[in-house]
Amino acid sequence: MTDYRFRTPISEEEIRKLRVNDVLYISGTMFTARDQAHRRALEYFKQGKSLPLNLEGLAAFHCGPIVKKTKDMWTIIAAGPTTSTRMEIFEDEFIKNFKVRVIIGKGGMGRRTTEAMASYGAVYGAFTGGAAILAAKAVRNVKSVEWLDLGMPEAMWILEVEEFGPLTIAIDSHGNNLFMNVQRKAEENKKRIYQKLGLSQ
Amino acid sequence: MEIENVVENVAFKLLKLAVIHLPEDVKQALEKAYTEETSETGKTQLKAILDNIECAEKYQTPICQDTGTIIFYVKAGAEAKHLEKIEGALIKATRRATVEVPLRPNAVNPFTQKNSGDNTGRLIPWINWEIEPTDEIELTVLPKGGGAENTCVMGMLVPGEGIRGVKKFVVDAVMNAGAKPCPPNILGVGIGGGSDIAMKIAKKALLRPLNNENPNPEIAKLEKEILEAVNMTGIGPMGLGGKTTVLSISIDYAYRHPASYPAAVAFNCWAARRATARISADGTVEYLTHRVDEVI
Ligand code: SF4
Repeated sequence: MTDYRFRTPISEEEIRKLRVNDVLYISGTMFTARDQAHRRALEYFKQGKSLPLNLEGLAAFHCGPIVKKTKDMWTIIAAGPTTSTRMEIFEDEFIKNFKVRVIIGKGGMGRRTTEAMASYGAVYGAFTGGAAILAAKAVRNVKSVEWLDLGMPEAMWILEVEEFGPLTIAIDSHGNNLFMNVQRKAEENKKRIYQKLGLSQ
Repeated sequence: MEIENVVENVAFKLLKLAVIHLPEDVKQALEKAYTEETSETGKTQLKAILDNIECAEKYQTPICQDTGTIIFYVKAGAEAKHLEKIEGALIKATRRATVEVPLRPNAVNPFTQKNSGDNTGRLIPWINWEIEPTDEIELTVLPKGGGAENTCVMGMLVPGEGIRGVKKFVVDAVMNAGAKPCPPNILGVGIGGGSDIAMKIAKKALLRPLNNENPNPEIAKLEKEILEAVNMTGIGPMGLGGKTTVLSISIDYAYRHPASYPAAVAFNCWAARRATARISADGTVEYLTHRVDEVI
């Protein structure tokens, strides 16, 4: 378990240093993307349209923030992670096409994402579920907002962050998936647990 | 002051208190878990949780962006005046808290998918009533987060298996929930009654302070036994591995039909928010879950 501090854009070489259980803090540019933003970005790619921002080397955050507008300024009030599994159907294509290096969320992701991360060099950083103020505190400012027509939570918020974390590396670029390991071990422990409680399978 | 104004003010304060300050017993349980957790990754998660709780109090901001579905428990004294005004006052307090705290608007029409924007709608906030032989009103608010609500389960077990069936049901519920309900969790378990009754008492059991033992020693033993068992899963804080998956289990029961054995598991996340106050007949208010200096 090692602590890393990376600044965006992050290179493939850097990202491949990370292993599951490592802790990462990110500084630089990050953007939020939930279901709708993923869908639209992939549609744009298919149509050969360019995105509002070059995503290469950046971190995508599964988050629908609460944002307040005062005059012309946006301020992030709360920005906890949302459940990542909803983005599983998009994420492999997203990583492949846009070369984002870090996906941030809660609850982990599945086999397709894990394989894409190994092939193209990306990691999944788990941010503590519910820790919305810690996240908001690391946001220095809102650089811009794109696709606001999708609604506040679904829009793409482009954020300048400083030491955003701690992110526990739960999927690395070497095929390891911490959530799956934990789940597998829990299944193995089940027998002992049943025994302790005097239950049969 | 009119009773409806008192109730509205107290309910507003309870909502604000609940979403910003976790009750002392929950904080203590999280701190203890942090000290005792052996997985480094688990410790990192618990540290982030504790830091976040501290920030919430410092900046007077809700602990989590999901401020939940608003549920009230009202113990209404039969001799208290104007009980008919309480419901309206609670709805007003919810609307006001949504704007002023602020709370995230979490009330959506299941047909049109439209969010009402103010945390109210048909039957929401949900109010549980109890009549007591007093002239006081006791109000409790339970803002219930969506992540942990999604893993709640209710089952009609096999009567012949008795309590063993319940043990298995709870262990399986925790295994299936995995990282989803933002562990470490608090579990309320309801046994017996009927399908609705089991879940109702399971959820109400979430209101028991974590440092209060179950008054029934047999059930207290069962709670401990299941707690130890579910923490052997190794799911850990946020499902990233560790020995703290569940902080506490609180069981309650009702008598059952001979042919049925209902059981329910209500999950609460680490952001286990609740707040209670008692309003006396003369209008004095006593806050029971929070310190006076937290009440502003
Ligand atoms: S489950 Fe609880 S801590 Fe997690 S996001 Fe929902 S309300 Fe917040």
